[in-house]
Amino acid sequence: MSTLTTEELSETTLLRFATAGSVDDGKSTLVGRLLHDSKSILTDQLEAVERASASRGQEAPDLALLTDGLRAEREQGITIDVAYRYFATPRRRFILADTPGHVQYTRNMVTGASTAELTVILVDARNGVVEQTRRHAAIAALLRVPHVVLAVNKMDLVDYQETVFAGIAEEFTAYATELGVPEVTAIPISALAGDNVVEPSANMDWYGGPTFLEHLESVPVAHDLSHCHARLPVQYVIRPQTSEHPDYRGYAGQIAAGSFRVGEQVTVLPSGSSTKISGIDLLGTPVDIAWTTQSVTLLLEDDIDISRGDLIVPSKDAPPTTQDIEATVCHVADAPLTVGHRVLLKHGTRTVKAIVKDIPSRLTLDDLSLHPHPGQLVANDIGRVKIRTAEPLPVDSYADSRRTGSFILIDPNDGTTLTAGMVGESFASPEPVKDAAEDDGWDF
Amino acid sequence: MTTTAAEVEEGTDTPYELSHLDALESEAVHIFREVAGEFERPVVLFSGGKDSIVMLHLALKAFAPAAVPFSLLHVDTGHNFPEVLEYRDRTVEKHGLRLHVASVQDYIDRGVLKERPDGTRNPLQTLPLTEKIQAEKFDAVFGGGRRDEEKARAKERVFSLRDEFSQWDPRRQRPELWNLYNGRHAPGEHVRVFPLSNWTELDVWQYIAREGIELPEIYFAHEREVFRRAGMWLTAGEWGGPKDTETVEKRQVRYRTVGDMSCTGAVDSDATTLDAVITEIAASRLTERGATRADDKMSEAAMEDRKREGYF
Repeated sequence: MSTLTTEELSETTLLRFATAGSVDDGKSTLVGRLLHDSKSILTDQLEAVERASASRGQEAPDLALLTDGLRAEREQGITIDVAYRYFATPRRRFILADTPGHVQYTRNMVTGASTAELTVILVDARNGVVEQTRRHAAIAALLRVPHVVLAVNKMDLVDYQETVFAGIAEEFTAYATELGVPEVTAIPISALAGDNVVEPSANMDWYGGPTFLEHLESVPVAHDLSHCHARLPVQYVIRPQTSEHPDYRGYAGQIAAGSFRVGEQVTVLPSGSSTKISGIDLLGTPVDIAWTTQSVTLLLEDDIDISRGDLIVPSKDAPPTTQDIEATVCHVADAPLTVGHRVLLKHGTRTVKAIVKDIPSRLTLDDLSLHPHPGQLVANDIGRVKIRTAEPLPVDSYADSRRTGSFILIDPNDGTTLTAGMVGESFASPEPVKDAAEDDGWDF
Repeated sequence: MTTTAAEVEEGTDTPYELSHLDALESEAVHIFREVAGEFERPVVLFSGGKDSIVMLHLALKAFAPAAVPFSLLHVDTGHNFPEVLEYRDRTVEKHGLRLHVASVQDYIDRGVLKERPDGTRNPLQTLPLTEKIQAEKFDAVFGGGRRDEEKARAKERVFSLRDEFSQWDPRRQRPELWNLYNGRHAPGEHVRVFPLSNWTELDVWQYIAREGIELPEIYFAHEREVFRRAGMWLTAGEWGGPKDTETVEKRQVRYRTVGDMSCTGAVDSDATTLDAVITEIAASRLTERGATRADDKMSEAAMEDRKREGYF
């Protein structure tokens, strides 16, 4: 970092990525190596780790102490929860959702992957694609993470053999592609020895691709808006009512998908009123066009009734509104989700009352088989649900829009976040499962 | 903003990309607006330090051209840098805001809190802060905390529920999915909100430079009377330094963080401009807290423990 100029620092982009960890696959070592070799661990942090390691009688600094932030985690030597870490190179800034590989893996990985543009799935080169790998791939596919990296780790323990790597990469890519993962990049690494993590490996001259870090630096994060449905959930109505701005009425929100232009005909949902965009304020500066993830304020030609929770969309591309939502969900709370459960549903900026009408199936991630009518979903379960909402909602399919196709369920009694939901079909293929023995393989 | 509207008109297939600062700014503004939309009585913690100054700047942009719909709250340790208090009051007046002050000195004068032997007042801030939150019935409290500051903070949610005792329970945190923040809370509980969660120290400085935000002078290199204690340069003052064995000398220093004078150290520096500060930070091998905060070194879990009690 010390060689960067101010200008170089300013012109970088941001990549959010998540690691999918299982125990002993070397995830902590990879994260440690990445932070260490990109010079993101500073002297005082390293000294603190050395001090703590020495006070426990450990001979070498325990790099896991860098990432285990909570007292209970250090005492038990486990990672409890998702942690977010930051590092930078001259080309890009990174936000890493570091998800633990222990019991609660599914909800943690779902949490980490929900905001990620890239997911790293680690496998041990000695073991190849295992059940856990397939589970990780399924969650990445379910969450529609745009880029998946298969990091084949511990290549040093298989004599850096190309055939080992090629076999694992082929098997994984075939599986992930079937799930609808749009892009898989496989990279042979040794996190422990540092091969292909930050520096290219001299031990694997047969590998012609980028190092792990090079790939993170170059994967595209730009939005191609040509196929996106433009969506603006209204967060807040800005009305200064001052002598300087007596008539200003702006609809503030973060653009969830696509782009908006001044002059465009738009419709407000669920009311269905239409008007034209007369101006766009980008945090105080007028602009002609604004696009995904920008926080903006739209000014409209006509004075129509719009409030928080409404969705502004192009009139020619409005989603249907519905009170009956079918979705794939991941249950994240400890108490189960049952049929008949009365919940709150937060979609975009709108929170409405809802009831769980049916739980048609539960997904077994190991083999993607569907267990019909499980009756309930417990923590970490993924399943299909049918929900009836008290008011019509303009929902997109999650496949079309991660922002306007997602929702959370909230317990109205104590506010607990219960469930993460994705509207529409779960995988690219409508029939992901072909299990010959329909009665076998279910786990109860 | 690197893409202009004119450039966009030319090719409709141009991919649209935000710079990292634009992405962070947009996310923070979204968080401010969510709170404005969902809470009754939000307040912004404002110390006159760079993180809270950036928060206020973001809030001003989020609601422009309307006024910021929040009041400000300062927990005054009684050991503040005079330049920072002056900045605080000037800023509050400039933007026509309302400032609440929770005073540690009041609590000490009333005998509710006891001065610590080391003179440090940072840990004493928790009680005045939490009592003020309860008394004013604030239901959302914006803090400038960043996850890159400390490993316990790396686990912090953007919306972080505190119970009626203002306590943080890291094991009972709500998962945060997409940008669907859950602000539900029972009466008496409140939510701490961290719009700068995903920012790093360098991001904050770059943003200050890009936006031309004014800062208190102590952030830039200046001549100052300091003395050495526990490896840090501390400002001499009525708070209790220097002691007999410590000697005051004049040095060119600046501060990387602003806090209680008794435990916030200065660093030797000749960075008198924002560019020089950014260059210095980019090259530094120490975190801002490692370089300048004594209280975080008290124990491995110092921050976690204080956060559990209700500290920000």
